[in-house]
Amino acid sequence: MKGQPPLSPRRGRILEGLLANMAVVTAAARVLGSSRGLGQDGLLLLRRLGVRGLAISHPQRQQQRFSSLDDKPQFPGASAEFIDKLEFIQPNVISGIPIYRVMDRQGQIINPSEDPNLPQEKVLKFYKSMTLLNTMDRILYESQRQGRISFYMTNYGEEGTHVGSAAALDNTDLVFGQYREAGVLMYRDYPLELFMAQCYGNVSDLGKGRQMPVHYGCKERHFVTISSPLATQIPQAVGAAYAAKRANANRVVICYFGEGAASEGDAHAGFNFAATLECPIIFFCRNNGYAISTPTSEQYRGDGIAARGPGYGIMSIRVDGNDVFAVYNATKEARRRAVAENQPFLIEAMTYRIGHHSTSDDSSAYRSVDEVNYWDKQDHPISRLRHYLQSRGWWDDEQEKDWRKQSRKKVMEAFEQAERKPKPNFSLLFSDVYQEMPAQLRKQQESLARHLQTYGEHYPLDHFEK
Amino acid sequence: MAVAAAIACRLLRLRAAGAGGHWRRLRGAGLPRGFLQPASAGEDAAQWRRVAHFTFQPDPEPLEYGQTQKMNLFQAVTSALDNSLAKDPTAVIFGEDVAFGGVFRCTVGLRDKYGKDRVFNTPLCEQGIVGFGIGIAVTGATAIAEIQFADYIFPAFDQIVNEAAKYRYRSGDLFNCGSLTIRAPWGCVGHGAVYHSQSPEAFFAHCPGIKVVVPRSPFQAKGLLLSCIEDKNPCIFFEPKILYRAAVEQVPVEPYNIPLSQAEVIQEGSDVTLVAWGTQVHVIREVASMAQEKLGVSCEVIDLRTIIPWDVDTVCKLVLCFIGCFLSYDKIMSPSFIHYMLNATPRCMFWNT
Repeated sequence: MKGQPPLSPRRGRILEGLLANMAVVTAAARVLGSSRGLGQDGLLLLRRLGVRGLAISHPQRQQQRFSSLDDKPQFPGASAEFIDKLEFIQPNVISGIPIYRVMDRQGQIINPSEDPNLPQEKVLKFYKSMTLLNTMDRILYESQRQGRISFYMTNYGEEGTHVGSAAALDNTDLVFGQYREAGVLMYRDYPLELFMAQCYGNVSDLGKGRQMPVHYGCKERHFVTISSPLATQIPQAVGAAYAAKRANANRVVICYFGEGAASEGDAHAGFNFAATLECPIIFFCRNNGYAISTPTSEQYRGDGIAARGPGYGIMSIRVDGNDVFAVYNATKEARRRAVAENQPFLIEAMTYRIGHHSTSDDSSAYRSVDEVNYWDKQDHPISRLRHYLQSRGWWDDEQEKDWRKQSRKKVMEAFEQAERKPKPNFSLLFSDVYQEMPAQLRKQQESLARHLQTYGEHYPLDHFEK
Repeated sequence: MAVAAAIACRLLRLRAAGAGGHWRRLRGAGLPRGFLQPASAGEDAAQWRRVAHFTFQPDPEPLEYGQTQKMNLFQAVTSALDNSLAKDPTAVIFGEDVAFGGVFRCTVGLRDKYGKDRVFNTPLCEQGIVGFGIGIAVTGATAIAEIQFADYIFPAFDQIVNEAAKYRYRSGDLFNCGSLTIRAPWGCVGHGAVYHSQSPEAFFAHCPGIKVVVPRSPFQAKGLLLSCIEDKNPCIFFEPKILYRAAVEQVPVEPYNIPLSQAEVIQEGSDVTLVAWGTQVHVIREVASMAQEKLGVSCEVIDLRTIIPWDVDTVCKLVLCFIGCFLSYDKIMSPSFIHYMLNATPRCMFWNT
């Protein structure tokens, strides 16, 4: 339960033995779970080691209870015991926090008790969302290459993180994303037409054509509009979670970010605020190995992002992001507890960014094609789920062929329609800066209108809605 | 600006000559009281460190808002916050040290009255405070964030400029953080030195999407703060810290609003327009009376109140009539909002744009 102080079984004299025990205990804590103190199994383990027993049987400890003469630390800043041996805590990056998974790379369930046993139609929805996203990515990436849209970011390899987590949430849970979470919107049935509208910046774009492609937002589906600055959404998500807690909304907020964005100050701020203010929030880190060209070895030296959670007092877990069931299970449990206990959870989903960072990037400049191929062919969330579906008899090659054709057709139709639509009217340059348009902006708007009346022939006014 | 400063200096020297005949040297660790006593208080007052001074000039008691009470500026702020929390059940106040009442006592009593989930401390992190506030506002609840000193607002600059200001625009009005208000103590106080005296409104004046407001008095502060909190756009409310205790006025107990983006003509005049905001309004009021007395110049005095979006019409309309306009400020002599106004004023004078 939240609030239990961690046990610290060290005692003065038997130092080496205690240190050895400490190492075992730490490992035990990781394996047995619960970073907030050891559970029953942990205690049992300690008793077997005799450490706890030592503590209790120590003569001094038995006689002195909380007197002011007691030589125990009184500092308000930490709940810990004294130690008289100088020893630095060694960060453990060789055997880091273990990675929770449900399926192996061939899509076989490893431990049947961890199988979420989801109904066929739900798992098929996972599969179709991931593959539709993949298809849309391919087509829109190409359309940028052909000069039809200005920019695009694909989600190759990370579809499992989006769909697994989105499926574990309620539809009204608020989502703050970074920019590589289109699968969350896809799972929430955001129409292809609106994905395309935002990328084309056409008249149907809910964002009124003001942002670069992939900066989606949808109020109806509780997906806050994406912004380019990294990690700014993290403390915002915490604030939203606090407000949800106050409103007794029975709602969780999920906040997605990459391992690179986790280096930003805003990430630190968000984690710390969430823990101290007891907010029902899930921090979902997509650790995909690269921040543009910067590999994780140049991004951090610790044990990834999951290891930072306990530093803030946050329940943390690391999962296999390419295993959609692992992501689902972890998010489901985190959601349940975040709302019930009003505390934050940190999920670090390990995955791999198969595509380039964006259409402005060529990743062959900093990583080998072999490396990318490995992930594409040997450990892909879509293929793993397909193997699972096929082994359950819920999918076969015929359906695969049909679905590929169908999904491609859907995407192409939306794509062609989006291309034909005009851009929003140029007067929308000036609205929504403030809720009400101030006089100075209105003057500028009128000035532009007058300018275009006189010099309109020099502008591509046909592309814009009248 | 240099002209205004020069005139002011000359007039102040005349005055000081009257009081003691010579300047007093600066003393280390002088008390702020030294600033607040009028020059005529006698030898004892003159012994305190006094390089420059201003006298807070209270406005007459407002009669149209019901019962009033004597309040200083921080009490007026507390009253506004109290009214807001009473009226709006979603409103919360947060920041560093607000729980015990705040380092300037602006939130005294509010935690006891409204509960610890509504008035609470945050960790020491301005970017977190503002980001957190934006998030609360996105859900529609009212967020009142306190930054301990305006000097420390810069870590939050990204959240304010890139996020808060652009939230509504970039989302096509799907989302907004209009119910966010950021408050911060602002401006020189005499002993604050580099990091407790800054007036950073110019940095934000370049940023469309937010409103920046600076009151000159307790009555103005309460009305303007209530307007900021109720405004559907993110607002920054800078509170002149030197006025927290020094400015005392009769302030209505009930809530009332003073409109944003409206400058106030405090004094009518026919020769010169003086424009200022915050503490400096009291300096220019004094300058106006000295100018009348010593130079026979009739000054119009304007308190700008809202820095952006600023009341171009009031300033330009009056400037049209006069031979010149002096824009006065007590800030560092580098490009500031004054320069922006100077650019804008002639344009609106000559081309009516």
